[in-house]
Amino acid sequence: MNDDRVFKALADSTRRYLLDLLFARNGQTLTELESQLEMTRFGVMKHLRVLEAAGIIVTRWSGREKLHFLNPVPIRLIHNRWIHKYAEHQVSALADLKAELEAKACRQTRKRA
Amino acid sequence: MPADTKASVTTQVHEVYIRATPQAIWDAITSPEWTVKYGYQGAVEIELRPGGAYKALATSDMKSFGLPDVVVDGVVEEADPPRKLVHTYRFLFNDAHKAEGFTRVTYEIEKVAAGFSRLIVTHELEGAPLMAGMVASKFSEQGAGGWAWILSDMKSVLETGEPMSA
Repeated sequence: MNDDRVFKALADSTRRYLLDLLFARNGQTLTELESQLEMTRFGVMKHLRVLEAAGIIVTRWSGREKLHFLNPVPIRLIHNRWIHKYAEHQVSALADLKAELEAKACRQTRKRA
Repeated sequence: MPADTKASVTTQVHEVYIRATPQAIWDAITSPEWTVKYGYQGAVEIELRPGGAYKALATSDMKSFGLPDVVVDGVVEEADPPRKLVHTYRFLFNDAHKAEGFTRVTYEIEKVAAGFSRLIVTHELEGAPLMAGMVASKFSEQGAGGWAWILSDMKSVLETGEPMSA
């Protein structure tokens, strides 16, 4: 449903850095996140809005503080749909190749013996 | 957005949109007929009233690894079908996990559009670093992915009738 928004959200180094910051410590405020970036508060807000629209971060109020939480589910869904499928194929193709080469080497050794 | 929570850095929040009714999602969380179809595929036994017992049972595979019959226990704090379920949650895998004590899991389900619902799972993990490590997502490890893995598998089962791994 949201694949385009998730890919777009991830296609920016500042936004990926924000995700890394939340991965290291979940539930940070805008002020905390802003202090770790060379960027205006407005710029950080803009990036956070893109991440929130893609569902990769979720915000919660704790008293007067708005906290930002990493929501890994959309990235997991992208992984299942777009990464796992292709990576799995490559790994199993390499595993097949290894098995074939080893079987061949084994046959040759036996012939020589 | 749900009201004020006791959010802190030890809280994990997972949100997923599922093409299903709130009732179907509620059933997928609370009924053993559904929980055996996704995630770790263990049956649950939940007494859906405040003070009721929450139990997640081991699968035969888990038992063969030496895990106890009940792998997770807890107490229901709130049950408002099909909108909200709150229960405490403790791993019984071994003494180290038992010693961390109870954490709290809150499920909130809301219809967002025709045929779509949003599920938010909030896990308050104060004082439970071992459990926090286990339920956090690990993209690289198939088969042991924590909440993101469980919830995306639940989404797959509800929307297609098949788990991701099928």
